[in-house]
Amino acid sequence: MTRSTAQPLIALLLRDLKRARRHGGQSLLPLVFLFSVVAMIPLGIGPGPNLLQAIAPGMIWVAALLSGLLALDGLFKSDFDDGTLEQWWVGEQPVVRLVMVKLCSHWLITALPVIALTPIAAQMLYLPNEALGLLLLTLLLGTPILSLVGGLASALTLGTRQGGALLGLLIFPLIVPVLIFSTGAVSAYLDGLPVRPYLLLLVALLVLAMSLVPLATAAALRLNIE
Amino acid sequence: MWTQTKLAFHKLGSPLTFFRFAQALIPWLWGLTLVGLAVGLYQALYLVPPDYQQGDSYRILYIHVPAAWQAMATYIVMTILAVITLVWRIRTAEIMAMTAAPIGAAFTLICLVTGAIWGRPMWGTYWAWDARLTSMLVLLFIYLGIMGLYAAFDDRRQGARVASILILVGVVNIPIIHFSVEWWTTLHQGSTINLFGPSTMDPSMLPPLIWMTVAVKLMFGALLLQRARNELLEQDQRKKWTLQALRMSGHDS
Repeated sequence: MTRSTAQPLIALLLRDLKRARRHGGQSLLPLVFLFSVVAMIPLGIGPGPNLLQAIAPGMIWVAALLSGLLALDGLFKSDFDDGTLEQWWVGEQPVVRLVMVKLCSHWLITALPVIALTPIAAQMLYLPNEALGLLLLTLLLGTPILSLVGGLASALTLGTRQGGALLGLLIFPLIVPVLIFSTGAVSAYLDGLPVRPYLLLLVALLVLAMSLVPLATAAALRLNIE
Repeated sequence: MWTQTKLAFHKLGSPLTFFRFAQALIPWLWGLTLVGLAVGLYQALYLVPPDYQQGDSYRILYIHVPAAWQAMATYIVMTILAVITLVWRIRTAEIMAMTAAPIGAAFTLICLVTGAIWGRPMWGTYWAWDARLTSMLVLLFIYLGIMGLYAAFDDRRQGARVASILILVGVVNIPIIHFSVEWWTTLHQGSTINLFGPSTMDPSMLPPLIWMTVAVKLMFGALLLQRARNELLEQDQRKKWTLQALRMSGHDS
């Protein structure tokens, strides 16, 4: 990609990041969600370290998944409402590339802060320190898939009036394997079993999602602006 | 010969031709379904010997297995229809893809419920988070997602096209369901029926399964044509062909 073709993409990314900073809450909301879940679990099921330690990877993953849902509703909505989205098909950039940039900014805004503060959440649930690195690695591999699948769901429901309610139903079945392999890796590690197969499967899912999902997302956006 | 078949196939894109086709086929499909179900159920419940381990409770498989196969087959049919919808934008294909989803969801539910009823005495539990069971549950949610997405659009045709994309994305789950018993050795037993080699099921237990499977396939055809026909009539109730078609089949308005 030459400099001139990359420029609009970088501009789009910077615009989204700037907008997220000005609106403030966008990165804060997933974090608030993560920590309210992590704080409520011990209160709900009792503060015993053994139990919390066993469920910590799964709980952090579920909290990360659900917090990722929060910002999805508005991912394409404002661009759709003010007509920016239609310009994507008029411009020279391939739409798939623009979709990728959009998803990239979504990941930077919502997933990265959650990953950055996961060590604290892991401490609150007594996750052993040696498993923390692996948990972070699964989050790094898995949350981009969530952004991709979430972006697809967001694009599919764009033209509907109460699309937000559908997002969870659309995302859940597609994200199940990511959840299973990610938490499976950490559990296997804690049980002293090899984690390599889980990580390789996660990488495979990521590659599959990165190469195919943006195409479907672009097609869904296209059908919604018709 | 080939051109004529192709022409007849293309003509199904016209609502009126589709209506006539469905009208002509539905009674036959239902009739054959009933014959198949009667023979299959009679054999399954009375003729087939009890299992040496499970006694009579294994007989539920004659509903469970055909329903499970049809749950997946419905999705494959929907995938083909979704491709036709997105590539050629044939309206009857859109309607068939969308009306197939609730049927697929129903067969998935039948599969899950009969499995749970059988699992209680055999496995000692109604439900287990086993790979096969979980992927089947995921299939149910995909069906529900497709139905929900289609219903959320005011414009039916737009809804059908957008939901078709979801159908194509969700198809990744089908091989996962199929191979789940081979990839993960969890609770659900492996496949005993083998199309390309000897099955491990006793031959005396096989005929009712074949009858039931064929009957369920025919039932799916009847349900699909019937639902698609009704949806077409409902969407086009103010159009000229609808009146024409209804008058032809003896419903004077």
